[in-house]
Amino acid sequence: MGLIGYYIRKFFKLIRGEVLVLPSRTIVGLFILLLLVLPLITKDPYIIRIVILTSIFAILAASWDLLSGFTGQMNFGHALFFGVGAYSAAILNIKAQIPPWGSIPLGAIVAVLAGLIIGIPCLRLKHTYLALTTLAFPIILLGIVFALPEFTGGELGISGVQKITNSLVGGYYFHVILMLVLCFIMWKITDSNTGIIFHAIREDELAVKAAGINTTRYKLLAFSLSGFFAGIAGGLYAHYMRIAGPSTLEVSMSFNVVIWAIFGGVATIYGPIAAVFILFPLLEFVRLWPEYRVLIFAFVVMLILLYMPEGLITWVRDKMEKECPRCKIRNVATRKTCRVCTAQLD
Amino acid sequence: MNILITGLILGSMLALLAIGFSLIFGVARIVNIAHTAFYMTAAYCIYYLSIRLGMNQVLAMFIAVVFVTLLGLVAYKFLIEPIREHEGAVLIGTIALAMIFQEVIFLIFTGDNLSIPALLDGFFVLGGVKILYQQLLAFGVVLVILAIVWGLLLKTRLGLAIRSTAEDREVANLMGMNESRLAMITLGISVALAGVTGAVIGPLYVLHPHMWMEPLILMMAVVVLGGLGSIKGSFIGAYILGFTEAIVIFLLPTGGFLKGSIALSIMIVVLLIRPEGLFGIAFEEER
Repeated sequence: MGLIGYYIRKFFKLIRGEVLVLPSRTIVGLFILLLLVLPLITKDPYIIRIVILTSIFAILAASWDLLSGFTGQMNFGHALFFGVGAYSAAILNIKAQIPPWGSIPLGAIVAVLAGLIIGIPCLRLKHTYLALTTLAFPIILLGIVFALPEFTGGELGISGVQKITNSLVGGYYFHVILMLVLCFIMWKITDSNTGIIFHAIREDELAVKAAGINTTRYKLLAFSLSGFFAGIAGGLYAHYMRIAGPSTLEVSMSFNVVIWAIFGGVATIYGPIAAVFILFPLLEFVRLWPEYRVLIFAFVVMLILLYMPEGLITWVRDKMEKECPRCKIRNVATRKTCRVCTAQLD
Repeated sequence: MNILITGLILGSMLALLAIGFSLIFGVARIVNIAHTAFYMTAAYCIYYLSIRLGMNQVLAMFIAVVFVTLLGLVAYKFLIEPIREHEGAVLIGTIALAMIFQEVIFLIFTGDNLSIPALLDGFFVLGGVKILYQQLLAFGVVLVILAIVWGLLLKTRLGLAIRSTAEDREVANLMGMNESRLAMITLGISVALAGVTGAVIGPLYVLHPHMWMEPLILMMAVVVLGGLGSIKGSFIGAYILGFTEAIVIFLLPTGGFLKGSIALSIMIVVLLIRPEGLFGIAFEEER
């Protein structure tokens, strides 16, 4: 009993000392809590469906951030990973009768291979060249998909993919918890030494090379990791929608990912996730005026960017918190002194 | 013969678009995704003026180009310039701009396929292939415009300023060139080129609100293939990809689906051999 009590007390202390001191962490905690209790509040299938799709796209946007936000390798063809994941999961499921728990990871591995195949040649390219070249890959694949209708279903896509679960709430918890876990893993990766090297590659690749780090290897690692998570998102999407169609490879899909990530603020992981949770439901909400839907979406993105070019979430966070000049720990903006080293905050 | 005609027309269209795109990228480092949306807007403008309002078509073309240029300048002044420092923001800003154009056009003209009547009706037969006069006209106009742009860039002081800014922005600024005004002028020229493209090529294609997507990708491929910021590269790259598409469409059974794939594969192969494109200058590492 005493041991359990000790752990419970330690847990609450951790919450009070590390989470509640910063508004951003509190918001993240509340948000996770809200996601977990949502089915208790409402069982409306429409809302559940939107949240599930939002979670899937949140994984996708975060995986873009892992590659492009952190290492600065602008990838305009992120739909490639998503589409490859979706198509291979669907083909494995239909043709080889592999159940979802096998087909999704296998699909993700195929997406990693795709990432390596395009990553190896693309590493010679830089900046805008890279961005515009990666844009081409999903379109090439789309052409191949259309040219081989008996294998890929052509324009109609592969339909009849097995559903992961038939229960509404069960499906909800599966997707949401998987999203939270995967995003936490991505955040941990970017928080580790590898993540610091990714940051450094974006800031100054030459300096990283000069420090004796094999940047090519790290960039390939970023490509494969990003491809893996995006592939999982694709597999989940195929199994949830029960169809893997050409829409997963379209240019607008790639553009959407970029919009989400930059809107939220790059190189943060939580920024793109938050952006998806804002923009995707917004797009559903304005379905009330169907003809103005995309127009409103574009205007919102445009206006937010005009005032917060660094991204919405980054801007909000900078308003709420400031960094201690001495120990670099974040504090609430209302504090006069740092909560750890008591240095004056300016 | 069919291949030749299709290739020439497609290549000319891509050349005009790609040169505009390449100019503004070279001078201001703006990746203007909305470039082809201006092309679409110009084509719709002509449709509106000449068919709905019954205006003279040549006059309508002229007004459309001026209108699109003004639109471009306004969009640049209020939407792009405030966020120019942030590369990513400019990128999705222009995507959002293109989406706004698409939706506004969708609201005004609905999603139906529309077409502009040709300036010159009729055709002649050469080697068993029907050649529309409009196609010849479009090709001729494209060549004239390209010659004008060429002259502007190489023979005038403005052209010199544009070229030097494209080469090195900071030094050009130090030499007393007003970088932001130059960016404005270049954007005007670039958008005007897109407008002209819409005016001459418009009658040959169907108008619909998604027509900006397909040339966008090919145009970017052309620009990358020829080398970013290189006008000569864009010109040659455009015809390479234009002819590739035409050949694939006419010679392969599933060509309609594969045309984009093969054209883009060529671009990738070229990039693998020459990472800076056919005529690009390798940018020095910006630190």
